[in-house]
Amino acid sequence: MTSVKINEALCKGCGLCANACPKNVLSLSKHNMNAKGYFVAEVVNPQHCIGCTFCAIMCPDCAITVSE
Amino acid sequence: MKTFTKTKMLTDAPMHYCPGCTHGIVHRLVAESIEELGLQEKCIGIAPVGCAVFAYDYFNCDMQEAAHGRAPAVATGIKRCLPDRLVFVYQGDGDLASIGMAETVHAAARGENITIIFINNSIYGMTGGQMAPTTLIGQKATTCQKGRDPSVNGYPIRVCELLATLDAPYYIERVATHDVKHVLAAKRAIKKALQFQAEGRGYSFVEVLVSCPTNWHMAPVDALRFMGEECTKTFPLGVYRDKSEGKI
Ligand SMILES: Cc1ncc(C[n+]2csc(CCOP(=O)(O)OP(=O)(O)O)c2C)c(N)n1
Ligand code: SF4
Ligand code: SF4
Ligand code: SF4
Ligand SMILES: [Mg+2]
Repeated sequence: MTSVKINEALCKGCGLCANACPKNVLSLSKHNMNAKGYFVAEVVNPQHCIGCTFCAIMCPDCAITVSE
Repeated sequence: MKTFTKTKMLTDAPMHYCPGCTHGIVHRLVAESIEELGLQEKCIGIAPVGCAVFAYDYFNCDMQEAAHGRAPAVATGIKRCLPDRLVFVYQGDGDLASIGMAETVHAAARGENITIIFINNSIYGMTGGQMAPTTLIGQKATTCQKGRDPSVNGYPIRVCELLATLDAPYYIERVATHDVKHVLAAKRAIKKALQFQAEGRGYSFVEVLVSCPTNWHMAPVDALRFMGEECTKTFPLGVYRDKSEGKI
């Protein structure tokens, strides 16, 4: 099973990952704010992840790790 | 199924770029390419003046900061003294095509064996959104608030096309960062450019269209759409020179 992890400290809540995900696995949180004041990306549908790494390819801050 | 971990060619320093600014994507592509080519220990990067001024904190190799626009001249000196090193230059459009246009053109005309990564976001990002030589017709900036008007502000400069009029450059390509497909193509171009330098073939230049959500006054996703739909019209993507393929 693929697992996608967001490093919340690095995330800037830009949403480019969620926009690139073909399976709607990711979404920007409306509640979870990091120390920099950004609402971070969250993994909302982990079971749908196909491990395509599109999210990580579009993340400008290398905040995403995709592993098996 | 694929996996993704951050390349060791980038340090762990958190990048200072605004949310959704694709400068960060290009940093990663350059870093991954150097690592994949196995040239990390041989690499020296030149950082510009502009939003990427702190690039020296992010690349895990020797880095030299250059005065505004002078990076190709600094790279020339380093490469000629240390010809076995991989020397790359990372410059914005204000830096490369405005104050540094002379250094840009002459390094290309001499065919220096260096690699230029040209970040075209059609604006002066760092200083707060002034018009750049690459600002699109009609695009707003603090110094052309009603949009760029060619009768007053002139026309955008297409740097790849301009450099492709010179004989010396070995490889010139324009790529973009607005979606996965284009980011992957940008990676291939950057890696190819660095590889050509490592093989001693001469001057390589990759222009990368990048977003500036902050000074374009757009949400990050909207800025990517603007890049794909508008920037690529003024700046057509493609290979402008590739002597390895006989494209002169
Ligand atoms: C000699 C000199 N002139 C002007 C400046 C002010 N300045 C700093 S960055 C910059 C332009 C930055 O734009 P660009 O190169 O497009 O980089 P970006 O921030 O958009 O990535 C200017 C004019 C300076 N630092 N030094
Ligand atoms: S790896 Fe692909 S499917 Fe999984 S979260 Fe990232 S973009 Fe979505
Ligand atoms: S692309 Fe990266 S920085 Fe942007 S929201 Fe997703 S994880 Fe956060
Ligand atoms: S001002 Fe523009 S180019 Fe500079 S970091 Fe912010 S979004 Fe990126
Ligand atoms: Mg710029």
